Parts: sequence; C-alpha cells; structure tokens
Amino acid sequence: MKVLIAVKRVIDYNVKIRVKPDHSDVDLTNVKMAMNPFCEIAVEEAVRLKEKGVATEVVVASVGPKATQEQLRTALALGADRAVHVETDERVESLGAAKALAKIVEEEQPGLTILGKQAIDTDNNQTGQMLAALTGLPQGTFASAVVVEGEKAKVTREIDGGLQTVELTLPAIVTTDLRLNEPRYAKLPDIMRAKKKPMDVKTPADLGIEVASKVKLVKVEPPAERQGGIKVGSVDELVDKLKNEAKVIS
Amino acid sequence: MSILVLAEHHDGALAGATAHVVVAAKEIGGDIDVLVAGENVSAIAEAAAKLDGVSRVCVADHAVYAHQLAEPMGALLAELADDYSHLLAAASTAGKNVLPRVAALKDVAQLSEIITVESADTFKRPIYAGNAIATVQSDDALKVITVRATAFDAVAEGGSAVIEAVDVVADNAQSTFVKEELAESDRPELGAAKVVVSGGRGMGSGDNFKFLEGIADKLGAAIGASRAAVDAGFVPNDMQVGQTGKIVAPELYIAVGISGAIQHLAGMKDSKVIVAINKDEEAPIFQVADYGLVADLFEALPELESKLLGRD
Repeated sequence: MKVLIAVKRVIDYNVKIRVKPDHSDVDLTNVKMAMNPFCEIAVEEAVRLKEKGVATEVVVASVGPKATQEQLRTALALGADRAVHVETDERVESLGAAKALAKIVEEEQPGLTILGKQAIDTDNNQTGQMLAALTGLPQGTFASAVVVEGEKAKVTREIDGGLQTVELTLPAIVTTDLRLNEPRYAKLPDIMRAKKKPMDVKTPADLGIEVASKVKLVKVEPPAERQGGIKVGSVDELVDKLKNEAKVIS
Repeated sequence: MSILVLAEHHDGALAGATAHVVVAAKEIGGDIDVLVAGENVSAIAEAAAKLDGVSRVCVADHAVYAHQLAEPMGALLAELADDYSHLLAAASTAGKNVLPRVAALKDVAQLSEIITVESADTFKRPIYAGNAIATVQSDDALKVITVRATAFDAVAEGGSAVIEAVDVVADNAQSTFVKEELAESDRPELGAAKVVVSGGRGMGSGDNFKFLEGIADKLGAAIGASRAAVDAGFVPNDMQVGQTGKIVAPELYIAVGISGAIQHLAGMKDSKVIVAINKDEEAPIFQVADYGLVADLFEALPELESKLLGRD
C-alpha cells in the first residue's frame, strides 16, 4: 500500500511572532521556518507503517513557495521515498491546499493519506477534512492510534471527554494528534541521501486548479495585552487578594 | 439571512456550547434554526427549542447519525445548507471534525474558531496560537464557521421554537463506530467551568494531582493540565489546556507548576483572573498572571486548600 503524507512549511513553533506595523499580516521575513509539528507526526507514522511492512512506498507532498522544498527534503531524510511539490507564491489556505492534494491523491492512489490535524500558523484544522470531502473518502481526524487491518483502518480519535475508535474502509484520510507518536530526528547520512531522492515539481495550473485563498485577510493585530500583575508574598495574601480585590472567590 | 446552528450534544443531553453558538448567530442576525442530529435525540431537540432566539429546531433522528460520524453528518449538512447563508457549529472536536467536510462539499472556505462577529461576512479569529488576531472576510454565498464558545455568552432559555423532523437519511458504507472511552469525572466540564485549577510538569507525578483535587472541590473547579503533564503520563489528554487541547476562559485560572509556554497560554490567557504558583520566579507564566506566588507547590497547595472556604 502506498502512503501519502502532506507537510506544511510554517514558522518555527518556538519563535515569538511579530505583527507587521501596517497590520497586513504577520512578519515572516528572516524568521526561522520549520515543518509544522503535526506534520512531523504524520511523517513519522508513515515511516513506521513502512517499517512494519504495511506501507510499500511513502510519498510526501506540499503546497507553497520554492522554499517549501526544504521541508520536503526533511521528510525525505526522515524516510519518505519521494516528494511532490506544488509550487505557488499565492496565499494558500485550507481549501486550496485540499484541492491540490486531492489531485495528487487522484494521481497516486494512496491507500492511506496522513496529514497533521492543524497547522500552527493559521490554526485552521480543516485541510484533512476538506481533502476527505473532495476525494469522497472517509476521515479519521485527531488520531492517537492507527491500526491497518487488511482493507480497513482502526483509528482512535482524541475527542472532547476522551477517546473514540472508528473503523474506516481504505483508502482513507487520517489527521494526526500530538500523541500519535514521537517523531524521530533526521540523521546526517539520511539528510545527505535525501538530496538525491526524486522531487516532482508541479504548478497549480498543471493540476488544473486554483489554490489562492478566497478569504480576504482584512487586518492582523496583536492580541490585547494583559495588565501586568503582582507577586504576592504568601498564601494568606493570595487568598485575601482573590477574595477582596479580584472578588473571584468567596 | 438565515443561519443553521449544528447542536452539540453528548450522552443524550444538549451541550452548553450550543447556547454560546446561538449568541454568535444572533450577532450575525437573521432567522436561526438549530439542527439536532443523532439517534433518539427528541429530548435534546426539546432542550434546543427552549434556547432564546431559535425559531426552528430541525431533527434528524436516525441510527446513521449516532456518534455523529463525519461522513453521514457531512452529507446531511451539505444537503440542508442550500437554504442558509451561514452554517455554525462550536469549535469542539465534533464541530471541527464535520464542518470543514461540509465546506469542501459546498466548495466554500471555512472560518475556524471565530471570537468576534464584526458583520455578517467579517469576523475575528486568533492565529499563531492566539499571538495574533486576524480579521477575515468571506464573500462565499455560504459561510461555514466554527465558533469559540468561550468568546461568546450563552443565550438564556425561554424560547419556544417549532420542532420539525428532517427526513434526509445519508448512507454511510465507509465508517463505523467501534467504541468510546470517556474519562469519568464528577467535576464541571473543563470548557465551561468558572474556575479551573491546572497542573504542569512541576506536579512531579500523577499522584500529586491529588493536591489539586482538594482545592478544586472547595472552589467547584475543573482540573486541567499542561501538555507537559499529559505527555509525562500524569493525567489523560482530555485534561490538556492549550493550543492543541482545550481553550478555556474561566473567571479564575490557577496554574500550578506550569512554566507558561506559548502553546499553553493560547488555551487560557483569556481567563479573567490568572494565578500562578511556581517556584521559578523567572517562569513566563508570571508575565500573564494577575497574582503570582513564588513558592514550592507542595507547601503552598495544602496551605491554600486549608485557607479556602468549602462550598456547600
């Protein structure tokens, strides 16, 4: 079975972001970029499926500017076999990305497609679900365990209040939650080898689709700052402040 | 304009989040219908009909909608959506699972987790773990939106909406429900609690969370956790507060042994009053805390518990 994974290039999760002075967007110039953490988990899961002999080939795809190829190379270093880059300088959001990925699913016919549950930049949590809709496939979102058994996959999902297990007929779309696995690090020899692995570059026009976002970004602002608080010297003082100043306890 | 709100329900009861989503719908303006989909949901439909501002409750009661699997729910909502300008659901795991599927079926974008309604087509939503607020505008004919429940008040009861059956039966040969394992808790639901007491890696072990229980009991609070505490196996993941867990905005949030990583702050920084108890006075949590206590939590917690008045 072929496994397709989708990865996104995003700002590194440790970076404290800055909003542009003209409030048009977040400033990404000279900022460290990385693979979205949930996508790392998707890559790891696909590579583990290959190590177990469930997956025969792992293909990694991404939609974005030329620099996105760095993240595709990272996925190749982690164990993906080849990459497909849909190159565009447009601002792409979930629906556009899902349309591009749906074309790749149609071409590659993977048994399982794995995405992260959300990207830490837009925080949308949409692309996997949209891809499932566009391809007419079932979805296992927020997965904390995936077990492939013949023509089916059992997916344990993290839901409000606990866990839910569903069984999906393959092919299917799965999105990863944090606890699905612990991603590995790329080793130097693998990083070198990844440079020789195949990377297919396409444009949205090649796929016959448009990826530009239809949602207009009107303004981006920093959130309201919290008032600086005080440090109290003792538990007594804390209880007193909560009762008499903040009045949040009786 | 007419708005369809997908009702959130668990264990045969309407979830509190639905009343918050109806407030967002009222701010958009127009007729508000609520869809209750599931199996044996008549009691839930009656509860939804009482929500103030709702004109009609549509009930899709069929075994195929039990557990609200995304595939039949997506098909149902896509079928109903043509009559509406807006489709809203809570940004819960249930809402997040199904709404993007509907949006793609209708070839429209989705706006996730809005926190403010600016107008019928313009909304504010947090991005980058809540470190920026984006104002977004959609000119799609159908606006598919998930709503951060804690950013809106709840509507009162007192309405008397008409209840109508919907006879759309989606078929689903692609997914089946296997099982559910829900965490048992007598405490208030984390997302709706007025007081939340959370522990982090500094708690040291799962057993030590009992130090929080006494305080939670006295304050009628829910207990939460940071991702570090969940990853360390101290507590189950449904207790996680943060960008990847639950977003809470209680009146009082007490963070114990939590350093205050960006991802955790994204889940709680809209709390009215934040208290931090941490032995590291440099911990970033003190930058957002209204009241900070630099102390060893194993000494501070029992003392705090003994000094709080119990609730009747």
